[in-house]
Amino acid sequence: MKDDVIICRCEDVSYGEIVEAIDSGLTTLEELKRVLRTGMGPCQGRTCSRLIARIITERIGGEVADMKPLLDRPPTMPVEIGILAGASDED
Amino acid sequence: MRTNADCVIIGGGIIGAAVAYYLAKGGMTNCVLLESEYLSSGATGRCGGGIRQQWSTEPNAQLAMDSVRIFKTIEEELDADIEFLQGGYLVLAYTDEDVEQFHKNFELQRRLGLDVEILQPEEIASRVVKQVNTDGVRMATYCPTDASANPFLATKAYAQAAVRLGVEIELFTPVTRILREGNRIVGVETERGIINTPRVVNAAGSHSVPLARTVDVEIPITPYRREILVTEPLERFFDPMIISFSFGIYFRQVKHGSVIGGFAYADEAPGFNEESSIDFLTMMSRKLSFLMPALKHVKVVRQWAGLYDVTPDAQPIIGETDGVDGFFQANGFSGHGFMIAPKVSSLLSQLILGQKPDLDIDRLNARRFSEGDVDLDHSVV
Repeated sequence: MKDDVIICRCEDVSYGEIVEAIDSGLTTLEELKRVLRTGMGPCQGRTCSRLIARIITERIGGEVADMKPLLDRPPTMPVEIGILAGASDED
Repeated sequence: MRTNADCVIIGGGIIGAAVAYYLAKGGMTNCVLLESEYLSSGATGRCGGGIRQQWSTEPNAQLAMDSVRIFKTIEEELDADIEFLQGGYLVLAYTDEDVEQFHKNFELQRRLGLDVEILQPEEIASRVVKQVNTDGVRMATYCPTDASANPFLATKAYAQAAVRLGVEIELFTPVTRILREGNRIVGVETERGIINTPRVVNAAGSHSVPLARTVDVEIPITPYRREILVTEPLERFFDPMIISFSFGIYFRQVKHGSVIGGFAYADEAPGFNEESSIDFLTMMSRKLSFLMPALKHVKVVRQWAGLYDVTPDAQPIIGETDGVDGFFQANGFSGHGFMIAPKVSSLLSQLILGQKPDLDIDRLNARRFSEGDVDLDHSVV
């Protein structure tokens, strides 16, 4: 794959950047997320996680099926602060 | 994995990584840093990244001020970008108690040479940030040299610099117990084997408590969940961290553009719970909507939680354990470990290297709790 292909579309992270990070010793989705922001955007990794998992296995071996997925962080979809504020019991 | 080391550091957060770096820099390069998961997977990587010098006790203020001095040049020293930004801290007072305490803090901080100032509510918009709602604000303090940085990048920077100096870092390597013979440390047992060492640094946050128990040492730390959220990225529109002790809240706009912030429940139950809650999400949104109405139309993309390792006086436990030679504590940071990490880690490494620390940290030894010598800091969020 070409280095400039975008893998994480939310945060604009390319294949080349991901490979470089894996080669520097980051071997899990969670570590890559914290350093590259892959999976921190609006889609929360639903688009790129499997692709990145495959890139990791290509670089260091192992099976995609054995890789720990990113921890799910709420909310499932981005929600406006004003709407969440209105949902409070204390209103 | 090395089987013999001069020092084993347990915990791959900012403290463990920085202690490893300063030890190696001071000449003790045969160190091993053990981390049960990955770097900054615990409290460090879950924190807000604020670096505040405005504290109510002299020791905390001094440690934070010295740490800012180190942070200012650390990117060059470690050859890494950690997104260090001196955007200031704006602290809002709402009650009589706040006002009284803020004046005391101001006197203390000015005496120490901090460039903090008192602002009247009407000065906030023109001097610091336009979008803050000042309804109910009695006064504020503002320190332009308070700062922030990216906790992941800072931890990684210290860790990589330590490795370059000869430190070994073992990730995904949980410690099963510390090994003690009589009154001294002799090693560490991990799931991957034993490392013989005369020195152990316990920098595992709230998990320091069960670790210390493996050598019959009790440390007075209680874990409390603290929650936090982050929004979608916005064009930069404010620089300072904004905090209020009355609201228990802090928030700032990070370099990436998103707004990140949290607050503490007054009645959070102690424990190792790190689940996110819907109550936090809605209550935090109400607080943010009040304090900065412009945020109402901004979307929250993610929330998470982490653990504060809280001591009885909200100050960290630093130093060698009485009765167990070679067992060093670096824990109990009570929610402000990241911001004082550079100085505290440097001082602890001096202690371990047998040098005289260039700032007194003996008062942070755990023995203060048995001697009843505690000085509670009132500026904890």
